[in-house]
Amino acid sequence: MGNASSMLTQYDIEEVQHHCNNLFSQQEIVSLYQRFCQLDRTAKGFISADEFLSVPEFALNPLSQRLLRMVDGLNFKDFVAFLSAFSAKASMPQKIELIFKVYDSDYNGKVTFNDILDVLRDLTGGFMTDKQREILYKPGLKMDVEIPVD
Amino acid sequence: MSKLNSSSSELELDRPNIEDYLPTDSLHEPSGKLRLRDLLDVSPTLTEAAGAIVDVRKDLPVDVIGGMFSITVLNEISFVHGQDSFTRCFKSNPPEPWNWNVYLFPLWCLGVVVRYGILFPVRILILTLGWLIFLSSYIPVHLLLKGHDKLRKRLERCLVELICSFFVASWTGVVKYHGPRPSMRPKQVFVANHTSMIDFIILEQMTAFAVIMQKHPGWVGLLQSTILESVGCIWFNRSEAKDREIVARKLREHVEGADNNPLLIFPEGTCVNNHYTVMFKKGAFELGSTVCPIAIKYNKIFVDAFWNSRKQSFTMHLLQLMTSWAVVCDVWYLEPQNLKPGETPIEFAERVRDIISVRAGLRKVPWDGYLKYSRPSPKHRER
Repeated sequence: MGNASSMLTQYDIEEVQHHCNNLFSQQEIVSLYQRFCQLDRTAKGFISADEFLSVPEFALNPLSQRLLRMVDGLNFKDFVAFLSAFSAKASMPQKIELIFKVYDSDYNGKVTFNDILDVLRDLTGGFMTDKQREILYKPGLKMDVEIPVD
Repeated sequence: MSKLNSSSSELELDRPNIEDYLPTDSLHEPSGKLRLRDLLDVSPTLTEAAGAIVDVRKDLPVDVIGGMFSITVLNEISFVHGQDSFTRCFKSNPPEPWNWNVYLFPLWCLGVVVRYGILFPVRILILTLGWLIFLSSYIPVHLLLKGHDKLRKRLERCLVELICSFFVASWTGVVKYHGPRPSMRPKQVFVANHTSMIDFIILEQMTAFAVIMQKHPGWVGLLQSTILESVGCIWFNRSEAKDREIVARKLREHVEGADNNPLLIFPEGTCVNNHYTVMFKKGAFELGSTVCPIAIKYNKIFVDAFWNSRKQSFTMHLLQLMTSWAVVCDVWYLEPQNLKPGETPIEFAERVRDIISVRAGLRKVPWDGYLKYSRPSPKHRER
């Protein structure tokens, strides 16, 4: 299913559904496929970074670069697997893993102080000056990470 | 600060609220302290990004689970494809099929016979006649009156208006002009919204404008370099970056000249489908002259005049028009506008776009028409 044929067989749908741990219904997978084909203009089988950026709402988003890193060049199966983290039925660890990857600016597997500073800069770009962001340098500032446990 | 309004009606979908694209954190009421944890909360922004990838309708209820590490939920992914506001501007809207029943189908067939069998040949005749008259008058005037420039220019103007009238007649164009006709005065520029190349012909039949256009290949290019040259047209090439300064200079020179034809500019820079207006280029608005807006609105009942240049060539488009019943449109000549003190050219362009959009009943969309031809480069994104 790596090649971009516009026919999606029942077998393909089930394979994709299995790959994303049944987090999407078959109807949703079909709809996602239509969207995938719409974004993948040159029918390569994956969506390149600039095809993502051609969606204006995405290009304007402050986190677009971070997401692009994760989603660039994915084939359809992995595209669905990536989006499955946003499903209501996704597990908390899966969601946390995604957020962790978003925060981890230097992709070293750790979210360090600099990573958080980068995220803050991305999200507040125009609204805070660097001086205001220096609040993070205050010694003794504790960053509590709360992970709601159900 | 205004609250984000999340309306649920279908029509509201069309109006992109720019505040939707900012992270919601930035729009919270400043209730006492702004907490750092709220600033660092990526979940709303992440959800918007995912929503953009997936093209979710903005009016769907989105569930927010509280807490720092949460991803908001995309409920009911209802895919309404191609609804991102940019694609919508350039979609040709195919007419709903209305003729699929026993009664209407024969009527439609009769209509086809009339249109292709009777109207089309008549129109071709009219057009050929027009061209014959035009060429037989234009060529002598152009060659013989070389010395008498003023007279020659006047005659050529009349002839160009004539051939445009023939063109309009060849599609049975029913054009209603509202407002005072343009006059020849220096330091004024005319701007209009753009749906198809025929906009130019429709406006030209009333007044011989000089226009700034992209050089086209084929017979259109030939027409451009011979006949339009006499009306005083300026060419540009979309793909050349340096071209912009040269063109800006030419524009300025043209506007200053007292007996140049009034200049017509389509600031959208590309054809849009007559439901929306995209961002105006500021070039027309920083020439330091009065800007006279013109609004054009086509009546879709008769034919959809939008020229989707990626789908059809101009010849096909003209043929399509010539085999339709009529081209009905309204043209409004609006009140001339000047740059207000303290206003930037971009604000001025937006103000004029507003005036045109309101008059013609078009929705404004904040996108640059050139994105239609190329992907957004990093410098287009907010930074």
